[in-house]
Amino acid sequence: MTTTVADHHHDEVPKGITRWLFTTNHKDIGTLYLWFSFTMFLIGGAMALVIRAELFQPGLQVVDPHFYNQMVTVHALIMIFGAVMPGFVGFANWMIPMMIGAPDMALPRLNNWSFWLLPFATSLLILSLFVPGGGPAAGWTIYPPLSVQGGMGVDLTIFTIHILGMSSILGAINIIATIMNMRAPGMTLMKMPLFVWTWVITAFLLIAAMPVLAGAVTMLLTDRHFGTAFFDPAGGGDPVMFQHIFWFFGHPEVYILILPAFGIISQVIPTFARKPLFGYTSMVFAAAAIAFLSFIVWAHHMYTVGMPLSGELFFMYSTMLIAIPTGVKIFNWMATMWRGSMSFETPMLYAIATVALFTVGGLTGLMMAITPADFQYHDTYFIVAHFHYVIFCGSVLGMFAGVYYWLPKWTGHMYNETLGKWHFWLTIIAFNVTFFPQHFLGFAGMPRRIPDYALQFAEFNVVSSIGGFVLGYSQLILLVVVIKAIRGGKKASAEVWDNPEGLEWSVASPAPYHTFATAPEVR
Amino acid sequence: MSAAHGGYYLPDPTKWPTITSMGLFLLALGFILKLHHLPPGPWLMIAGAVIIVLMLCAWFGQVAVESEAGRYDAQVDTSFRMGMGWFIVSEVMFFGAFFAALFYTRVLSVPWIAGEELLWPGFEATWPSAGPAGATFIGPDSHDVGPGQFSTIGAFGIPLLNTVILLVSSVTLTIAHWALKKNQRGALNFWLFVTVVLGAAFMYFQVGEYMEAYNHLGLTLGSGVYGATFFMLTGFHGFHVTVGAITLAVILVRCLRGHFKPDEHFGFEGAAWYWHFVDTVWVGLFIFVYIL
Repeated sequence: MTTTVADHHHDEVPKGITRWLFTTNHKDIGTLYLWFSFTMFLIGGAMALVIRAELFQPGLQVVDPHFYNQMVTVHALIMIFGAVMPGFVGFANWMIPMMIGAPDMALPRLNNWSFWLLPFATSLLILSLFVPGGGPAAGWTIYPPLSVQGGMGVDLTIFTIHILGMSSILGAINIIATIMNMRAPGMTLMKMPLFVWTWVITAFLLIAAMPVLAGAVTMLLTDRHFGTAFFDPAGGGDPVMFQHIFWFFGHPEVYILILPAFGIISQVIPTFARKPLFGYTSMVFAAAAIAFLSFIVWAHHMYTVGMPLSGELFFMYSTMLIAIPTGVKIFNWMATMWRGSMSFETPMLYAIATVALFTVGGLTGLMMAITPADFQYHDTYFIVAHFHYVIFCGSVLGMFAGVYYWLPKWTGHMYNETLGKWHFWLTIIAFNVTFFPQHFLGFAGMPRRIPDYALQFAEFNVVSSIGGFVLGYSQLILLVVVIKAIRGGKKASAEVWDNPEGLEWSVASPAPYHTFATAPEVR
Repeated sequence: MSAAHGGYYLPDPTKWPTITSMGLFLLALGFILKLHHLPPGPWLMIAGAVIIVLMLCAWFGQVAVESEAGRYDAQVDTSFRMGMGWFIVSEVMFFGAFFAALFYTRVLSVPWIAGEELLWPGFEATWPSAGPAGATFIGPDSHDVGPGQFSTIGAFGIPLLNTVILLVSSVTLTIAHWALKKNQRGALNFWLFVTVVLGAAFMYFQVGEYMEAYNHLGLTLGSGVYGATFFMLTGFHGFHVTVGAITLAVILVRCLRGHFKPDEHFGFEGAAWYWHFVDTVWVGLFIFVYIL
């Protein structure tokens, strides 16, 4: 039966495994998302270490090339669809209702469904590694004709993408309904915390982009098994069409991965600079502009495919336009810190690192936006370096900032600051050791997605592999930090930090199972 | 609902979504195994499908019971409206991918292939086309298809009739909605019934067209890009019509049981929105797939 929060079991927390299987509580579901994300982060990371182990020396020593290609493909799919996207949905679940003064998400049963689709979908993907012919090996972009030729693993991947897409769309619908319909009285749109704003924009991107990917992989499936010729020129189709449809999804997708991180650091930086966010309104409009532009830049991923010149020019200019709203954001974060009364706890360190290192990735992005220059960089390690600077340093470091920032609110205990700083410095140094040399490798012409390389690339690859292993094992520190904070530690106050802004700091730490059964008044 | 405590609605823990996810997993896995001719495939598919259908029935059934019990307030109603609205937007984008494929192949890839004189000498860019290695198009509605030839379904026969059927069904559905708002239950039941019958009639004609295409016109999923885009667009549309008609039939049963009030009937409206969406997609199909 259905009840309201006002009924008898107001603060009764269900027990046992069914609490997690059948929960409709946004905090429980947020916790599930975050643990799922972290598990996938470690699995995807282990795959990255297989890649780095193979690339430690030229020649083939650890795995065979086909398995190497599977690792490259599945690492990316797991990290994007298993680690980063669910991680941010976990943040959204935990924080958005508390930030807008709502008791829960708008559609709690749907919320449970969006989460529980994920483990089933990713099991299909991981299962693909064990079927005859192995997992998908065409890269995460699953371009035909390679992906049309692969074995059962590709079919498993296609259905993984279908189910993950369903999960994302349902999650996005829920987030939009929550933000548009559940705000406390007085919480007008332009009073919403920036994390809420970036998520509502992200949710629109998800609703518009994920179904297109579903369409693309459906065409792949029928080309594979039902005789259609979407991507086969002999039947009048075109493999390049897949690239167009895929990247129409793919470019909004990378902003789906980054915008919530922008939101998190827009919460963190003002707290530790002890100043309000500089240029709130321009932050909102910049995020919206980035979202709009993401739909008209897709072909910059495929300059070398043989497009008409007019297309190359259009996509070059539209891509360079993105630097403007992104620059506005970077400027505003720096202006927020300017003359602030700064302190450097772990969340702030991660937020600053996000701003600094994401900017590196943003600038290499501008280099690649220039069509003639991109002919040199295309499919080299320069690309690998670029997107790890944006996805790891933008999305993942942003998420780390959020974890340290809100962990006291989630667990009721302060995390261990010393361990947090160790985690930060090891991650930052190891990340740069891993990926900075890849810029040089790319310039020198080392192609990506190849398990072997010419001798002259050996030194940089040794450095990169050492960095990669340190980076991977450093993440276990985060696991220790989180478990320690759950089990005990210094009690966190309701405010946790020094006068932070936002409704989430007005409730106790840890946040009660149900918050805001009565809507708070927002001035 | 207790207004004294803010009156927010929160459902209790629920087992439907988790088990539905498992059903979906079995259905997908079974389908993949079947594609590769592995024996447990069909059984897993049946198990998955049964689980999904049972769970969805239970889930929607519970929502209907709660709704009739008056457990939902205006805020929940708004959440449902937003949920359904954005779900339809996502469906629009899904069809968008296939329309994009149609426009891309027709405007770009077929003429480009025809421009490759060395690769495909003698291939002319026309539409409909099954590509340089595919069957030759011999004009619409022709039953004299020899080997290596295909024909298409002309726009102004059954497709035109189907267009009229769907457009009329939208009108009858709206009349039913007006009747519900005026609390004229007899008219509501009648016009909703007519709508469901029109939906079924559409599907009857559509299935007939597919049989005609496969048996007499040489038009199949394998007829190059024309066959691919034709069957994927009309096929997914037909699937959506089926889902929409089943939904309307369920709503009809609920109406016959006296569900819905003149001022509170989101279940009806959600199904109606979906039906109008399916209708609109058909108009797009009729113009871009059949006429042009």
